[in-house]
Amino acid sequence: MHEPSAMSSAVQYVYLASAALFILSLKWMGQVKTARRGNWAGASAMVLAVVGTLIGGGISGQGYLWIAGAMVVGAAIGTPMAIVMPMTAVPQRTALSHAFGGLAAALVGVAEYLENREHLSTFTVGALSAEMLLGFLTFTGSLFAFGKLQEIISTRPVVYPGRNIVSLGTLVIAVLSGVYLTIDPSSTLAFGTLIATSLAFGVFLIIPIGGADMPTVIAILNAYAGLSASAMGFVMNNKLLIIAGALDGTSGLILSILMCKAMNRSFANVLFAGVGAVQPSKGGAKAPGGKTIVGYSIEDAKAVLEDTRLVIIVPGYGMAVAQAQHAVKELANVLAAQGTDVKFAIHPVAGRMPGHMNVLLSEADVPYDQLWEMERVNSSFPEADVAIVVGANDVTNPAARTNKESPLYGMPILDVDKARTVIFIKRSMNPGFAGVDNELFLLDKTMMVFGDAKKVMTDLIAAFKEGAH
Amino acid sequence: MHEPSGLIENLFVFVLASFLGLELIRGVSRLLHTPLMSLTNAIASIAIVGSLLITGRPHEDPVITALGVVAIACSAINAVGGFLITERILKMFKKRSD
Repeated sequence: MHEPSAMSSAVQYVYLASAALFILSLKWMGQVKTARRGNWAGASAMVLAVVGTLIGGGISGQGYLWIAGAMVVGAAIGTPMAIVMPMTAVPQRTALSHAFGGLAAALVGVAEYLENREHLSTFTVGALSAEMLLGFLTFTGSLFAFGKLQEIISTRPVVYPGRNIVSLGTLVIAVLSGVYLTIDPSSTLAFGTLIATSLAFGVFLIIPIGGADMPTVIAILNAYAGLSASAMGFVMNNKLLIIAGALDGTSGLILSILMCKAMNRSFANVLFAGVGAVQPSKGGAKAPGGKTIVGYSIEDAKAVLEDTRLVIIVPGYGMAVAQAQHAVKELANVLAAQGTDVKFAIHPVAGRMPGHMNVLLSEADVPYDQLWEMERVNSSFPEADVAIVVGANDVTNPAARTNKESPLYGMPILDVDKARTVIFIKRSMNPGFAGVDNELFLLDKTMMVFGDAKKVMTDLIAAFKEGAH
Repeated sequence: MHEPSGLIENLFVFVLASFLGLELIRGVSRLLHTPLMSLTNAIASIAIVGSLLITGRPHEDPVITALGVVAIACSAINAVGGFLITERILKMFKKRSD
């Protein structure tokens, strides 16, 4: 189908340079110092790939017009999306771009099939089926993930009896259609079934997943988008596509493994267990022993924060929701001004995507050497005078260490309970996204301060400033 | 049509690139996982190469051109948006001394 032309061997050298730049791009992304260079290397590699393809021959005059129009439209949508979007919306944007990536790969697969179905080799149809399966499921899956992150649809897992049978059954039909299509490429029934079931499986895959598991799921969708691009490379016999797709695929895979490890759960558990669906009925503000949780005032919180040596701030998704990162940073400044050492403790799955908290706090000008990874900061909690929990919950729950009944059991947590005092800022007494109560609320050392994270932070800062006059 | 030798070459490339990817990504600081994701997202828009080739060929069937045009637009959104947002995120990372 793709006859090697005179130009196409020259284009291969351009593709080779592009592939090398993609690899350097990821290497440089490893460290903050070189990360921006890495991004530029990636962008240059993309420009090389596009220019190489455009001058490589085989494109008609009419074709150039369509291409130019499509690229202008794409750039006109992509640019404002990247520039105006608030940093708190990064997880949504990422999900949405996975959807675009999956759709692009899938549509190319459909076009290739419609055009060449009579001439394709068995292996090519197999790769084409994989490309369409991965592309379409990434498309609907990412759209639903976007819907959940944007809270257009419920962030709670949607569970119904037999859901795993329904979703796995759909996947099995999709794979079988792909196999059938590979054997008999002329079967439009298999082609149609493959598309329909791939789209449906993407939906079934995402709806039983709760908000707290989004970091893992976004990473998995990232891997699928990459693999579909790689499959396209096999279809089109294009090594640049194979390499770039494989790099993206492994990146998503590693991130999702890291997320699973950070929760001490398996892929299967994240995808199929529907964690967080069950609201505990006993919940509420009453502890088993009949102990009532009382809220403390801003003044109480201010009093324990005065004359402290070390304060550790633990941010979570609630900080993002309340857009409280700037207020949190200002409180850190106020504490630093009175001589307190302030650290930020970042749990790997805090927020809705890998690294979410780091980005928000960097946006608020928190220097990145003040952002501490869980393993490094946990030894500091016993020395901390106060730990302030802002919008985090499950990642601080001591039940993960002790209570075998808890769905959180075994998850590595931030040892907030080892600080001398814990200030826990919370909107209400609703349980966290995993749907479980936090034992931390019942400890004598814990001060619950109820309210919107941003409001509480601003009030605390005001209280400190008043005290200074 | 591909010779079987093309297939095996491609499989070699895929497997080697995957192992290289595993090594490279493991070296990325956890601090940078969000920009890493937006970068790899932009890199995955390499699918644009496939859509350019499809759209550029002369077709009798306008459906194929239409599919190709939508695919190019989707990939262009990701490529342009992905690198821009990565740059925007990375610019925010500062050290205490800076």
